[in-house]
Amino acid sequence: MTMHGTLSILPLKVSELRFAARGTELIKGISFSLGAGTRTVIMGPNGAGKSLTLRLCHGLLKPSGGIVGWAGPDASGAVKRHAMVFQRPVMLRRTARANLIHALSVAGVPRTDRKARADAALDYFGLTDLAERPARLLSGGEQQRLAIARAWALKPQVLFLDEPTSALDPAATKAIEEMIETIHADGVKIVMTTHDLGQARRLADDVLFLHNGRLLEQSPAETFFAEPKTEEARAFIRGELLW
Amino acid sequence: MDGDGAFSTAFQLIVSGDPTLMQIVSLSLRVTLTALIIACLIGLPLGAALAMARFPGRGAAVVLFNALMGLPPVVAGLVVYLMLSRAGPLGFLALLFTPTAMIIAQSVLITPIIVSLTRSVIEDLWAEYEDQLRSLGSSAMRAIPTLLWDGRFSLVTVILAGLGRAMAEVGAVLIVGGNIAGHTRTMTTAIALETARGDLALALGLGIILLTLTLILNAGAFVSGRVAQQQAA
Repeated sequence: MTMHGTLSILPLKVSELRFAARGTELIKGISFSLGAGTRTVIMGPNGAGKSLTLRLCHGLLKPSGGIVGWAGPDASGAVKRHAMVFQRPVMLRRTARANLIHALSVAGVPRTDRKARADAALDYFGLTDLAERPARLLSGGEQQRLAIARAWALKPQVLFLDEPTSALDPAATKAIEEMIETIHADGVKIVMTTHDLGQARRLADDVLFLHNGRLLEQSPAETFFAEPKTEEARAFIRGELLW
Repeated sequence: MDGDGAFSTAFQLIVSGDPTLMQIVSLSLRVTLTALIIACLIGLPLGAALAMARFPGRGAAVVLFNALMGLPPVVAGLVVYLMLSRAGPLGFLALLFTPTAMIIAQSVLITPIIVSLTRSVIEDLWAEYEDQLRSLGSSAMRAIPTLLWDGRFSLVTVILAGLGRAMAEVGAVLIVGGNIAGHTRTMTTAIALETARGDLALALGLGIILLTLTLILNAGAFVSGRVAQQQAA
């Protein structure tokens, strides 16, 4: 539904992407292209550069080298067409609904439309009961569901999720994964990081495997899990190369 | 000097509704609260902007405002006096020895307090919120009202610090107001005067009333803050 009537900003073409902090190169020249429709999961042990890669793609960090290029027909409007969900969502000190209204306000949605769109997003994910609750008093799982509803309300074409369930219990994790499936079914491109192998197997259509700031593999999920090409990926899948 | 005398003097002053006293109290409140509002209108956004802006000389600006928190009231009063005196650049306004001059002097005195403490509160909030707000598409400018609202419970304490400073000071209002009876006499200048005259019971009585007012204002802020916090976390 979000894709109807709008041109796509995809594909995302990343070439020779580099990022250094305090003289240490953390992303060491990675290149990949992401097309519409699929759920891309970025995997790798801690310190591989997964989260940095997402932040660079989302524009929160400036690359020290290389290009993050939105190459689709609507590339010029790309800035407002991708949203991000963080490992630990930041909720403002106001009600759940007011948090969505704030995001819509920042996005330039006319004042008269904000409440209806906020309520529609809450309703879509079954969060209407939380609307009047102070967002900061919600449980971690509820806050993360609210964060995803907030991102969805902005009608993104691409949704980046950075370890969205790593701080949550299994029930909350399941609820989040269902939301991701729903959003994917709407036609939104999913790009997420996880170090949870089970989650990657459940959700991934294709996998980017990062290790020490380099991209070692980009393959369809089935291929990646059945026949990993590199020793590092084999070790990671066997559970030997942990975070 | 006995404390009982002071308390009974204070009590009698309040109960009798002494018109001179009421005039002094209302002028004190008017000057202090107006100065506080002006200082907040300037200091809250300026402090937030200083917290988030990155420009050459930012460090110097932060140090300057921190230092100005310790600005002696008599010096603030003197500077405003020089500006407003007949020969000063703003002398034509004929504001010296008026309540307006006192409001200006107190605003000069407490604006740096609001700026510095707001910067500190907002800096911490911005560190927590920056990625999320930038991700939502918020510019630093757009984030200022968001952060001020989200920091409102901490900022109440900031505003109370400014209020306390303005309520307590005597030097600035004495210099630019002149302590003219019925015109620019406030609680603090009256206390100074009565002490000098040797009417210690009256001075102490006025002091008790001043402390009580400060206590009531703070309690009001505390209670309303608590209630709001329970509703919004």
